[in-house]
Amino acid sequence: MAVKDYLRQRFFPQIWCPGCGHGIVMANMIRAIERLRLKKDEIVVVSGIGCSSRMPGYLDFHTLHTLHGRALAFATGAKMSHPKLTVIVPMGDGDALAIGGNHFIHAARRNMDLTAIIMNNSIYGMTGGQSSPMTPFGKKATTATSGTIDHAFDFVGLARGAGASFVARTTTYHAKEMIKIIAKAIKHKGFAVVEVMSQCPTYYGRKNKLGSAVDMMKRFKEGTALIGSKKKAKHPDLIERGIFVDEERPEYSTSYLELIERLGNSTTY
Amino acid sequence: MRADVRFMQGNEAIVEGALYAGLHFYAGYPITPSTEITEILSERLPGTGGKFIQMEDEIASMCAIIGASLTGFKVMTATSGPGFSLMQEAIGYAVMTEVPSVVVNVQRGGPGTGLPTSVAQGDVMQARWGTHGDHSIIGLTASSVQDAFLMTVEAFNLAETFRTPVILLFDELVGHMREKVVIPQPGEIEVVERLRTSVPQGTNYHPYLVREDGRLPISDFGGVHRYNVTGLVHDMWGFPSSDPKVAYDLIHHLVDKLEHRADTIAHYKEYFTEDAEVLLISYGSSARSALHMVEDRRKRGVKVGLLELQSLWPFPGETVRKKCEGRSHVLVVEMNMGQIYQEVKKAVSKPEKVFLANRFDGVFISPADILRLLNVIQGKGV
Ligand code: SF4
Repeated sequence: MAVKDYLRQRFFPQIWCPGCGHGIVMANMIRAIERLRLKKDEIVVVSGIGCSSRMPGYLDFHTLHTLHGRALAFATGAKMSHPKLTVIVPMGDGDALAIGGNHFIHAARRNMDLTAIIMNNSIYGMTGGQSSPMTPFGKKATTATSGTIDHAFDFVGLARGAGASFVARTTTYHAKEMIKIIAKAIKHKGFAVVEVMSQCPTYYGRKNKLGSAVDMMKRFKEGTALIGSKKKAKHPDLIERGIFVDEERPEYSTSYLELIERLGNSTTY
Repeated sequence: MRADVRFMQGNEAIVEGALYAGLHFYAGYPITPSTEITEILSERLPGTGGKFIQMEDEIASMCAIIGASLTGFKVMTATSGPGFSLMQEAIGYAVMTEVPSVVVNVQRGGPGTGLPTSVAQGDVMQARWGTHGDHSIIGLTASSVQDAFLMTVEAFNLAETFRTPVILLFDELVGHMREKVVIPQPGEIEVVERLRTSVPQGTNYHPYLVREDGRLPISDFGGVHRYNVTGLVHDMWGFPSSDPKVAYDLIHHLVDKLEHRADTIAHYKEYFTEDAEVLLISYGSSARSALHMVEDRRKRGVKVGLLELQSLWPFPGETVRKKCEGRSHVLVVEMNMGQIYQEVKKAVSKPEKVFLANRFDGVFISPADILRLLNVIQGKGV
């Protein structure tokens, strides 16, 4: 099937600005799903609030557009009650790591089989460009007009420390890599989280004079390097891309089903 | 068949009622005085093939049950005051998305952390208006352990019938009190199952197209109909819309589906009301003291009666108005500063005849407390 076969075209055009990275992530997520030959009826996509969280509405799966920061909590209920479903959670950086930070670390710790895709554009887009927990120190936002004095999260360190059993990073520039990583993340049995560096030319780009969407994507190319690559060795300041954590650990809903069995019972799912 | 008679705590009866009604998924977070519900279900649910999860907070608990309900199961969470405050955002989401869900609030003293282990009924208005925006909600309560069981079953039935969150507004005393309970045999009392759509696969299913009778047949996540659910104002597809007509119709539907049925949803009990000159109106554990006082006065020939409300929201105004008609006085008995008292005054034709006997200091209201007020309104001094 083509990407469009996974879309609810009735609801187009979508709301994203021209050049926004979120459409690229949506298309590549679909390609990853296509690659895994998953059935549409078995997929639930749960999001919170923000530009990126509008994604599920356009997708022809079971889709749930929830509250700011709470997507993982809703997803936890859906997955736990119906473990056969594949549950994917697209989120924004503010959504996942500020208001949703508590849910994020606990989802990671619990290791339930959910796939979180965090579109990190370093800003709150929907509300007009405020600084987020991923806005780098010194960068500008409407709530940090002289440059933020807040420090950004070390995303990989946070996810790893909280117990995520799959942690990866890619960017909107690296389409093939993104498809591969998202497919791996969905296949991973446990809590998988992928940070996708995504561009918001409208706010983050404009506030920080980063040029057009294309210019911003070029920065993703130039400013990142694969884990353990020569490029990274030569330029230690570059942001690493690739899979940082990929471990097997007891998955929560499986452990729960085992508990039911140990108690001599069975369940519908 | 021999009746299943047990001696148990209110919080245990809530668990039994939920399991009787078909509870499959529970998410919770410990908080006094509702913790026993979470503890007992952590043990009971896996044994019945059901699902239990302890979440990171009450916000997550409420969100998790909504997610689980959409996959086709009966769901519940339980909490108390501060946790109930945290749940309000997601309760509003369940109202807007019409997801069947049951929320137990075993009330304690407030505001803030208040009086964690004391009895109170201060969350009555929060149950009604705790979440933002125009909406309606169902709120039930009970004064005994047996009724806590029955009202819990009813909460699930109403949640399924109307696709709404239902609040079980118990109080610390009922939650922790131990009494005899008769557990009905399966099938003895009605258990309402979810109304599912009959639209076949391959045909357009409109998840939010309201049927003529006001109901919305559901399709479970994981089933053959793939649709969108959003907390934004949405059209019949479940897709966000800012069309004023869509918003108007949706808000009207959400409010009318319950408010127009307030008096059919109503649950109440009456004691000595027929010839009562003074009518007491009470609910929850306060109704126990009210009944005690009424029985005591009746022995002395005083014509008092009690209307015990078991459904507080939507407020059964028409029922209350009729029951109050022709009485010399109405005395509302509750453990807050008059939250239902105000509703009664709004409902009756002679609000100046309505009085309040209350306590809000963490001490259980006694028959003597109520009698003092009765004496005052009957002109017998303090
Ligand atoms: S504001 Fe930024 S993140 Fe939002 S749609 Fe526009 S470009 Fe994308």
